[in-house]
Amino acid sequence: MGILKTFVLGGVHPPENKLSANVPIQELPVPAEVVVPFGQNLGAPSKPLVQRGDKVKVGQLIGEASSFISSNVHAPVSGTITKIDNILDSTGYRRPAAFIKVEENEWEEGIDLSNELITKEDYEPQEIIDKVKKAGIVGMGGATFPTHVKLMVPPGKTAEFLIINGVECEPYLTSDHRLMLEKGEEIMVGIRLLMKALKVNKALIGIENNKPDAIQHMTELAKKYEGISVHALKVKYPQGGEKQLIKALTNREVPSGKLPVEVGCVVQNVGTIFSVYEAVQKNKPVVERIVTVTGKGVQKPSNFKVRIGTSINQLIEAAGGIPENTGKIIGGGPMMGKALLNTDVPVVKGSSGILIMKSEESSRKVESPCIRCSKCTNVCPMGLEPYLLSRLAKVKEFDKAEKEKVMDCIECGSCQYTCPANIPLLDYLRLGKNKVGENIRNRNKN
Amino acid sequence: MLTVSGSPHVHGDESTKKIMYGVVYAMIPAILVSLYFFGLDAFRVLVISIAASLFFEWVIQKYLIKGPITITDGSALVTAILLAFNVPSNLPSWMVIIGSLVAIGMAKMSFGGLGKNVFNPALVARVFLLVSFPVQMTTWPLARKLPMTLADTITGPTPLGFVKEGLGTGQTVPQLMAHLPSYMQELLGQMGGSMGEVSALAIILGGIYLLWKKIITWEIPVSILVTVAAFSGIMWLVNPNQYADPLFQLLSGGLMLGAFFMATDMVTSPMTRGGQLLFGFGIGLITILIRIWGAYPEGVSFAILLMNAVVPLINRGFKPRRFGKKTGMVAANK
Repeated sequence: MGILKTFVLGGVHPPENKLSANVPIQELPVPAEVVVPFGQNLGAPSKPLVQRGDKVKVGQLIGEASSFISSNVHAPVSGTITKIDNILDSTGYRRPAAFIKVEENEWEEGIDLSNELITKEDYEPQEIIDKVKKAGIVGMGGATFPTHVKLMVPPGKTAEFLIINGVECEPYLTSDHRLMLEKGEEIMVGIRLLMKALKVNKALIGIENNKPDAIQHMTELAKKYEGISVHALKVKYPQGGEKQLIKALTNREVPSGKLPVEVGCVVQNVGTIFSVYEAVQKNKPVVERIVTVTGKGVQKPSNFKVRIGTSINQLIEAAGGIPENTGKIIGGGPMMGKALLNTDVPVVKGSSGILIMKSEESSRKVESPCIRCSKCTNVCPMGLEPYLLSRLAKVKEFDKAEKEKVMDCIECGSCQYTCPANIPLLDYLRLGKNKVGENIRNRNKN
Repeated sequence: MLTVSGSPHVHGDESTKKIMYGVVYAMIPAILVSLYFFGLDAFRVLVISIAASLFFEWVIQKYLIKGPITITDGSALVTAILLAFNVPSNLPSWMVIIGSLVAIGMAKMSFGGLGKNVFNPALVARVFLLVSFPVQMTTWPLARKLPMTLADTITGPTPLGFVKEGLGTGQTVPQLMAHLPSYMQELLGQMGGSMGEVSALAIILGGIYLLWKKIITWEIPVSILVTVAAFSGIMWLVNPNQYADPLFQLLSGGLMLGAFFMATDMVTSPMTRGGQLLFGFGIGLITILIRIWGAYPEGVSFAILLMNAVVPLINRGFKPRRFGKKTGMVAANK
């Protein structure tokens, strides 16, 4: 196979623990009630269009994109809105959400529910972007950035490559892996559609070498579609980071503070691509997604296809329930996921996985003094000095932290993962980013 | 109750303890060589140094700082062994104890303990002993003869000292070399010197272990050795009667020990690879300057301590290569 490609700077290799890699996607029954937050995307939340007592159908628009960086929200079930209330979502913030009591299984007109593969490609670019926007698609890898915004190349810039993220570099998670194996053909069509929307003639799919079956399957499928190539990448975290993936596949570096389109690239996750296929070919908005439920104590690590708004309690039950000595439950993967306060939170568009950790894996180790080993600097994929940035944040030297490029931090956690002194480096880096971001916004206002 | 904390939620298996004990393991070959060549005396110095260093750290943490006791983290143990490596094996026990007090009390704890010191503690102690007790610190015991060799070993000074003294009396390097142990003997450790520095081979073995375990990176040792070889090589080519050849410079004295174990001390070396290269270059340069033109025959300790002092400056000037700084507009792979 020759030397595998990967990004150059830094990176770590945490144990992969892909427990559910061989478990086929299983569709869970529609729950009795769903809770659908109106803000499921990065940016502004959607504007509610429904009220208590309203009847809704599956796929009906219930929240409308409220600004440029915002996205639509649709009813994932049919039934009655019982209330609209604030809930504590997986990010730990209180956000308005619609509670829907499920009745019947009534879908909006025009949504194609068949499994038939549609390969039609004769759309206008704008038509595809409009359909993506209408369907409320966001980055399904977890970043939840509205997809249609990414497809609108700013004037003066041109996209050259569509980069497909099939890396799934987070340990434990397998939803993208399963999707590529089971919906590979649909993903290929979705890629063709986005190539059309972006007016590019090359798409590069990056898949890490720990998924040889997916690499083989996708390579086989790609032969039938023009301009799509599959690239096996050396396993290294955080290769799924946009900038790292672009570097690995094209050897281009997105300049500090700039977007990937600066170097002619647009990156989309395979889950997002599948949603694009469904939106364009089947007229189906984002009402469901694949969620991995996993962990060392979990009885049946699984990949579930569930409706948005389903309580994660139901998913955990289906995977065998919460194990005896559970200490922590994470929304997402172990490197970048968020620890949940409780399991009473709904699945949202960005929920890629639920990781249940044993109590002995849950606590941080005791912090000791920095021994200046510079391992944090060596593993930082952005070429930063986490030890220095964390110190600057600690002593509130935010101007210096800004000069040392704290805003370039992608919060991958490689530094903290590696630190032999168990210093919570990323906590301080986040603090630094937060304050520096505030300073920058204030400066721009004046 | 669920634990809620920021990501990442997993941690690698690195720890300060693991690193420190890794360094201890890497020093085992040199310990064995010193025991072999210097016998019970080496054992005495080693045990006293370790006991005294741990004791002083414990006393200071318990009664002066009144903070947590961390003597098991391995850092004091590393300092203690390195200190033993840096003294002659016949050094009186009380001097070893003073050395331990200087290393732990003055060079480490007074700066705030682990991770805060500017200078390498073992080297501070060595230099303190050297200027306080110059006679005892430069009276080198005879390394035991290897059974299979018949060559005479020199008595008294180290090869470096011997050459320096000889040059002062007007002899040439080739004349002096005839009286010195062969390079093979120097490599194995059959020469006069401090306990841990005599065998280049044992040190290199330990160094390879450190590199393999990723406790150190190649930048510092390689830049030191290359600089020493290049600088002394140029001088040797200029006048081989006046200046010793580069191989002699590499194998004798504390150069190997300094390059692999002292200069690579994480706390007192630069944070970036570029900075580490400069650091190593500086050490190599100063070492040869002192060896050739200085008053002392050996300059590694001074060179490292001098470069320790400029580490904060180096850290300021040398930044890692930032992602996205260079626009790598290379055509994509087909």
